[in-house]
Amino acid sequence: MRRNLVTAVLYTFITTVLFGLIYPFVVTGLAQALFHDKANGQLLYKNGQLMGSRIIGQPFTAPQYFHSRPSEAGNGYDAANSSGSNLGPTNKKLIDRVAGDVALFQLDHPNADVPIDLVTASGSGLDPDITQAAAEFQVVRIAKERHLSEDAVRRIVAQHTEGRQFGFLGEPRVNVLLLNMDLDHLSPLR
Amino acid sequence: MTANGWFQIFFFFALVLVCAKPMGVYMARVFERERTWADSIFRPIERLLYRLTGIDEKHEMAWTEYAVVMLIFSVVSMLVTYAIERLQNVLPLNPQHLAAVAPDLALNTAASFTTNTNWQSYVPETTMSYLTQMLTLAYHNFFSAAVGMALAVALIRGIARRESKTLGNFWVDATRASLWILLPGCLIYALLLVSQGVVQNFRPYDQAKLVQSQAVTVTGTDGKVSTQVMTSQSIAQGPVASQEAIKMLGTNGGGFFNTNSAHPFENPTPLSNLMQMFSIFLIPAGLTVALGRMTRSPRHGWAVFAAMAALFFVGVFVAYYAEAQANPLLHSVDQHVSATQAGGNMEGKEVRFGIANSALFATVTTDASCGAVNGMHDSFMPLGGLVPMVNIMLGEVIFGGVGAGLYGMLIFVVLAVFIAGLMVGRTPEYLGKKIESYDVKMAMLYVLIFPLSILGLSAVALMMPQLGLSSLTNSGPHGLSEILYAYTSATGNNGSAFAGLNANTHWYNLSLAAAMLIGRFLMIVPMLAIAGNLAKKKLVPPSPGTFPVHTPLFTVLLVGVVLIVGALTFFPVLSLGPILEHLMMHAGKSF
Repeated sequence: MRRNLVTAVLYTFITTVLFGLIYPFVVTGLAQALFHDKANGQLLYKNGQLMGSRIIGQPFTAPQYFHSRPSEAGNGYDAANSSGSNLGPTNKKLIDRVAGDVALFQLDHPNADVPIDLVTASGSGLDPDITQAAAEFQVVRIAKERHLSEDAVRRIVAQHTEGRQFGFLGEPRVNVLLLNMDLDHLSPLR
Repeated sequence: MTANGWFQIFFFFALVLVCAKPMGVYMARVFERERTWADSIFRPIERLLYRLTGIDEKHEMAWTEYAVVMLIFSVVSMLVTYAIERLQNVLPLNPQHLAAVAPDLALNTAASFTTNTNWQSYVPETTMSYLTQMLTLAYHNFFSAAVGMALAVALIRGIARRESKTLGNFWVDATRASLWILLPGCLIYALLLVSQGVVQNFRPYDQAKLVQSQAVTVTGTDGKVSTQVMTSQSIAQGPVASQEAIKMLGTNGGGFFNTNSAHPFENPTPLSNLMQMFSIFLIPAGLTVALGRMTRSPRHGWAVFAAMAALFFVGVFVAYYAEAQANPLLHSVDQHVSATQAGGNMEGKEVRFGIANSALFATVTTDASCGAVNGMHDSFMPLGGLVPMVNIMLGEVIFGGVGAGLYGMLIFVVLAVFIAGLMVGRTPEYLGKKIESYDVKMAMLYVLIFPLSILGLSAVALMMPQLGLSSLTNSGPHGLSEILYAYTSATGNNGSAFAGLNANTHWYNLSLAAAMLIGRFLMIVPMLAIAGNLAKKKLVPPSPGTFPVHTPLFTVLLVGVVLIVGALTFFPVLSLGPILEHLMMHAGKSF
């Protein structure tokens, strides 16, 4: 019994060094050498200022921007506090929240059915994407607000649309942060 | 449901099917101590480890010694984890200066990771330092999985050996599982994940300037509501990929971030998502092949595989169907599937995964004892959330956790041959071993401890408004599901959650810790007792009355036993939770 206890303590100590320290440090070294940008979170800089990560969503609620999905992470898109709503399908809070967001959208888009992803919170609260339907839904508003032609807006949406990986994995999607940054580039806000 | 969705599901399963055999053969070779390609690398490390720790690798253990040593190791490593969590504020690699973890939470977390559960009562980004994650959580990801594999191999040896008093050496089995199987797998896998965008660094959290600043209403500590303008985004970082790899391969499931594999830094692309689901099933599926090989009856291994596959497809069909439906309580929204959107129930799901991959992930993670999630199960449709819960309630034997899935399924195999024996009126046999009253008693003990913990603790929580009910986010039947899911997940050592339940309270931290320890260690003891007892037995030659365990008939009987035991135990409570919620949702009721 005592011998087993000593063995267990020594075993825990040595394997902790191997699996808890050496392994992650080796992976970090290799990852930083081979995939530097990805290992650090695909950060976006503009004039030296950190603007976010390519794969982490940001909140967009102004009419000139493509709106991102509702977020339950912290105060919204808090990437140090990821969270979903965890509201069940029969929860009144969910039904009321969706109805409230639908009403806001319908101010600009009277009587239109809103694509479901635009009024539902993602699991992470950091979803960088919206569906193509959700982007198309907003094209008319963006064109009007930005004084661009609808075709010009559709072209820029298409540029930021990613299809299924290898043609069959996952779902097609539009990266909202990259799309909006490009919009600002194309037609800067005053 | 779409054709592409089903194609992705079948593609996933085909990958598992193709890789099960090479993986199983390799694992059998590792545990039988045959030569493998990795010997030249790991054999010297293995020998050094034994020398430093005083392990005699030739020593064979009886089941009682095997169990005692396993328990001592688990207690020691659990205490180390507790200590590091409590001391993280004075230890290095804590760039966010996070405080020491509270005692009840530290205990819950230590129990959770030691038992391969990875239930998380905490928000990792704001609770656990980089060092704590690496040194204790990722460590247990390796070793709770290695212990699970060792235990499964001990049971297989019990079946395969005859007139033997011993089952192998626990230290050797755990060491070989971690060095030969988990470590090389994780090194390659972690880098593949980084190539998809999973982060791996020791940076402090980054501060980004928001493209569009936001006005937010904030409730202060004094309860006053004020409006603030939010101009920056804090981005959590960390050594994620190294932990993510073992989190999935070891069917652990504890996220580096709060939202687990829904977080873009943990699971950035559809390919990383496929790799994660595949790596949950890889070892458990391989173990069925190892079972066939080590017991010299490969067709028996495949018959068990077939039973698991059948149950998997039932689950994924129901989950995918349920999630693809429109929520009838939402109005003026477009929930239809079309060329430009996946439609369905998108609350709690990511656009890149859509419906098919979220339903598939939820099924896979609860078939196994993984518990990683890429969408929030709490926001699933009633029947969509029913599937993960039922998967765990069946004992996580559908491929199952690393090791735990196989030994769980073998308990049902013992029951299945026992029932078959009763039907023809002969002493049941399993691969030439007579199954006698001691074996069946132990199997029943294993089967009964599980619902006793789940239903007992749920009932207590439901009767205490202050302690149990005050943590709920959802009310009505969904509230019952939230509590039931928590104890099911903890006892089943799964770790996924209906996460609306605020589990970081004294009551839930302590009661869930108890459920996790019961679900792991109390169930292992009768399982090892069966292994020890089987090993002692003589081989009886097959006779015309022997029920063969490699036929489709056996597979059907096994599926039947799993379903009947699970359904008889849990149907009443499920009918008050998800089933009632489903009916009320379609009657237009909300809560």
